[in-house]
Amino acid sequence: MSFPLLTATAVLPAVGAVATAAVPAARRTAAKWLALLVSLATLVLAIVVMVRFDPGGARYQLTESHAWIADFGVRYELGVDGIAVVLIALTALLMPFIILAGWNDADPLETGSKRWRPTQGFFALILAVEAMVVISFEATDVFLFYIFFEAMLIPMYFLIGGFGDRAHAQGEEAASTQRSYAAVKFLLYNLVGGLIMLAAVIGLYTVAGNFSLAEIAQARANGTLHMATSTERWLFLGFFFAFAVKAPLWPLHTWLPNAMQESTAPVAVLITAVVDKVGTFAMLRFCLQLFPEASKWATPTILVLALISIIYGALLAVGQRDIKRLVAYASISHFGFIILGIFAMTSQGQSGATLYMVNHGISTAALMLVAGFLISRRGSRLIADYGGVQKVAPVLAGTFLIGGLATLSLPGLAPFVSEFLVLVGTFTRYPAIGIIATFGIVLAALYTLVLYQRTMTGPVKPAVSAMPDLKARELLVVTPLIVLLIFLGVYPKPLTDIVNPAVKQTMSDVHKTDPKPAVEAAK
Amino acid sequence: MENLIALLIAAPLLGAAVLLVGGRRLDAVGQWIGTLLSTTSFVFGVILFVDLLGRNTDDRTLIQHLYTWVPVAGFQADVTFRLDQLSMTFVLLITGVGSLIHLYSVGYMEHDERRRRFFGYLNLFLAAMLLLVLADNYLLLYVGWEGVGLASYLLIGFWQHKPSAATAAKKAFLVNRVGDMGLSIAIMLMFTTFGTFAFGPVLSHATDASEGRLTAIGLMLLLAACGKSAQVPLQSWLGDAMEGPTPVSALIHAATMVTAGVYLIVRSGAIFNAAPDAQLVVTVVGAVTLLFGAIVGCAKDDIKKALAGSTMSQIGYMVLAAGLGPIGYVFAIMHLVTHGFFKAGLFLGAGSVMHGMNDEVDMRRYGGLRKYMPVTFITFGLGYLAIIGFPGLSGFFSKDKIIEAAFAKGGTEGWILGTCALVGAAITAFYMTRVMLMTFFGEKRWQPDEHGHEPHPHESPKVMTIPMIVLAVGSVFAGGFFSIGDRFLHWLEPITGHSEGDSPISAGVVTGATMVCLIIGVGIAYLQYGRRPVPAVAPRGSLLTRAARRDLLQDDFNHVVLVRGGEHLTRSLVYVDHTLVDGVVNGTAAGFGGLSGRLRKLQNGYARSYAVSMFGGAALLVAATLLMRAV
Amino acid sequence: MNPVYYLYLAALLFTIGATGVLIRRNAIVVFMCIELMLNACNLAFVVFSRMHGNLDGQIIAFFTMVVAAAEVVVGLAIIVSLFRTRHSASVDDASLMKL
Repeated sequence: MSFPLLTATAVLPAVGAVATAAVPAARRTAAKWLALLVSLATLVLAIVVMVRFDPGGARYQLTESHAWIADFGVRYELGVDGIAVVLIALTALLMPFIILAGWNDADPLETGSKRWRPTQGFFALILAVEAMVVISFEATDVFLFYIFFEAMLIPMYFLIGGFGDRAHAQGEEAASTQRSYAAVKFLLYNLVGGLIMLAAVIGLYTVAGNFSLAEIAQARANGTLHMATSTERWLFLGFFFAFAVKAPLWPLHTWLPNAMQESTAPVAVLITAVVDKVGTFAMLRFCLQLFPEASKWATPTILVLALISIIYGALLAVGQRDIKRLVAYASISHFGFIILGIFAMTSQGQSGATLYMVNHGISTAALMLVAGFLISRRGSRLIADYGGVQKVAPVLAGTFLIGGLATLSLPGLAPFVSEFLVLVGTFTRYPAIGIIATFGIVLAALYTLVLYQRTMTGPVKPAVSAMPDLKARELLVVTPLIVLLIFLGVYPKPLTDIVNPAVKQTMSDVHKTDPKPAVEAAK
Repeated sequence: MENLIALLIAAPLLGAAVLLVGGRRLDAVGQWIGTLLSTTSFVFGVILFVDLLGRNTDDRTLIQHLYTWVPVAGFQADVTFRLDQLSMTFVLLITGVGSLIHLYSVGYMEHDERRRRFFGYLNLFLAAMLLLVLADNYLLLYVGWEGVGLASYLLIGFWQHKPSAATAAKKAFLVNRVGDMGLSIAIMLMFTTFGTFAFGPVLSHATDASEGRLTAIGLMLLLAACGKSAQVPLQSWLGDAMEGPTPVSALIHAATMVTAGVYLIVRSGAIFNAAPDAQLVVTVVGAVTLLFGAIVGCAKDDIKKALAGSTMSQIGYMVLAAGLGPIGYVFAIMHLVTHGFFKAGLFLGAGSVMHGMNDEVDMRRYGGLRKYMPVTFITFGLGYLAIIGFPGLSGFFSKDKIIEAAFAKGGTEGWILGTCALVGAAITAFYMTRVMLMTFFGEKRWQPDEHGHEPHPHESPKVMTIPMIVLAVGSVFAGGFFSIGDRFLHWLEPITGHSEGDSPISAGVVTGATMVCLIIGVGIAYLQYGRRPVPAVAPRGSLLTRAARRDLLQDDFNHVVLVRGGEHLTRSLVYVDHTLVDGVVNGTAAGFGGLSGRLRKLQNGYARSYAVSMFGGAALLVAATLLMRAV
Repeated sequence: MNPVYYLYLAALLFTIGATGVLIRRNAIVVFMCIELMLNACNLAFVVFSRMHGNLDGQIIAFFTMVVAAAEVVVGLAIIVSLFRTRHSASVDDASLMKL
């Protein structure tokens, strides 16, 4: 038996989480270093997975399969396709930056505090989330996926509710109330989604008799497993609802702004760049494969909802006064693009959506982490409290601008490629939707540039006049992200090569082919 | 030889990277690094030009394939460069004028503490602009297209501490984004129509597609061109863009970037040729803008804004010519090149004036400067003569050809377009004479500023005047050089194609009419500004003047409809999101809370009430069982 | 005599017991009513045993008696200790799980 690489990728951060939590109270710095090293080691494993993965090979690779709960046909089944590989790589890649950016976010407020080792807890929870997200990407057993899809709510709940920004405008008391509101809202939203999904999972079992994604999909494809149209639709809706909450899709989005606003910047990145991706990923992997006909049936509605997300999210981002909320609504708009790409059911759309997940992760991380550095300097999230920062902290302002430009999908930076692919993919099948979605790029420019203008330009406000520029640790976080944004914008081929075969498979799952151009001869 | 093409772009890109990442260490030498790399690119351009000249006319297209950029199923985007006569013309204009302006900026930005960054942005602009004209497919062109937009954004807002500059930069980017939307939809349309968006296949198969699709593509390309080239209705950003340092206005907002729209239309000529409706719209946009810009230019007292109006108007001429089809393509590009010379020269002259006048821009505070700044006066004057189309100078040849071509379009359209172009020529003569008279002639009108510093007008240093002299030489001779023996026509014809229209009136008559218009324009301006002293405070003016001062109320319209409307929309949406969408969620939560509060009351602790519920439940079950039996 | 009459009696006794449980507050009376209900059940079991001609009902009646006896032991003890602490045998006074 070969080395269980996928299990190792998930188990390593889990073990790291336990070890980090066990570090004695006085050795805070050791816990930080341990967490960082574990996340780096996981990154190495993720890169090994990426290298070992053969894009031209079987659909699911590096598979592992063990009996688990034999009575219910639940198996411990792991396997990755191209889409999962790049998302695992994204997750593993972002973790060291999240940890590094949150280096001082969870230090006890006063030294000698009696609180239970908050620093250790913070980093242990982050690693725990990583482990669960990674295994969600790897699971090819529906039940196994469901367990970790739900379980990751627990560490996330504590991360949102337990650790917030320092120096809140309305005092620590109000901050703590708002934090717990945000955390509970996050939890309840996702639990409701998960509950409905659980019902659908059980329903799937009663119909199919097992939980294996590959087996069910196969049986669906060759006709041995027949599902009544209405059954398939109900099951699809059950799954889709959970993923739409997680993604989040309009109108199930309102937990995200609260959660991102109240948590620290690294945790906000964790939510939007990593955890939410499980939702969109699962749409591609589970909804489309298990319920191809129902997916096609629901496509028009979902496309319209995605379109609303794009425009609505962008418009709301324009109207925000809080930097983090603004980024949250921008993310909602971007998730609209991802879902649009998935359900446009074209190769360009789905490849674009997958790339979009990766690129959005990196660009949001860049923007949000720099915003976090900014907020930690001034102790306020309100845009109006800033002004003229570029004069006193030019590097901070410059990196913030690059993060913003990535968010507005400037050509040459990674998000452009994915956004354009999604737009083209949508346009070839649904021209009107494609055109309306294009308005999103104007609105994206609006909210990003307004944010930059209000915070960074103009006369220097007295409160920011002594603001220090980025420190070495912060530069270490931002620079690699920016380099990646540029690299993937100029040369996305390594990713597309991995993703394309998987997308081709998904396209054949749903029995769709790309629309043909009007003039064939030109090609 | 093909391998040199990438180096054209690589040189300024390297400069931008070095200057922007290099940090303070490079502060002292940054300007020279920037200038050197820009000149390097120019040298490569000249080498390639010489190489092209040595080839046969039909063998002058060089293709360099670098790598595959985005490969997804049928969607194939490559990083491939195409150097042909059209892009060569642009390369020389961009790198040549660009290098001169780099040199000029060395003097102009001498005292700016963020000079290194300025040169980094300028190099970034050059790289993006070269990418735009060298790209071999529309998606890569789009990268350059937005790249120049970014550079323009950074440079307009270079003095970010001024809120007006930051706002102008944002506005420019946003308006351009609206245009970019057009380009991106055009690319999508091309993809669905042809399955590709590379120049070769799209343009060679353009006629295979239905006219409706081609018209749609054409109109979307026009929207893109309107944004980038400041054509009505997306022209409003150009005036505000003058907040940027003057070399930027000269390079980006006069000579090169704003002409990208013309490049796009001429490059896509095959599409437009097969879509007459789109062409008609192009000519209308061009004609409207050339009058619009000219009228705005007449009313501005800010020397740069007057020149900006003029730029808009001159690009209107080019767009008009490009919309005429093969009759006009060559002349659009020719006017673009000559305009690049004289307008860049005029802007540099304006910069030189401001440099000597403590950055004063109000022409009512100038006057009589010819004595103080002789070189600036002469070079500016030559640029002035060129732009109004003084016989023998560049503008005369290029503009005259466009007016002829407009008439040659034939039919009523031809008459209307030609007349617009003629009227435009008269207004051009008027406002340029006005600028000239108010700046260099008459009495001196400057006053001490609020700190009590009286400006001491002085000539600019050599590093600034040399580029001005070179550009002035170009303004004088370029047109003649291009036109003698139809050199420019023969150079570009293999790419753009050319046809002589059938003009209802002869070329001589057109030239005569143009001369009459020129004399009328200059004459009126002389009567108004040369004979009478210029008031230091602008008179109230007629309704048209007042409207023109406000950019013909276009901005006010935008403000009321888009800005205000948008603000209301977003504010109400924020409210809706909070109360309605989130309200439903919170309401559900509150509902469950209330319900459980009620239910809790049932648990009162009295054993008897529990007993009641038990018996009640049992009774219900029994009743249900009996009922089921009965049924 | 028709055994159904015994069933009517059992039902009547059960109803009396149930009513007593519901409306009386004195714990002793409630307790006695519960006993009454149990005995009504016993009666029904015995009748059913007779009607169906097997011994199952009678055996269960014995079980019920044993359970009832055990219940009396525990129940009375609880009532006594309740009365000691609260000086009242009313079931409504013991509405909380604490003193």
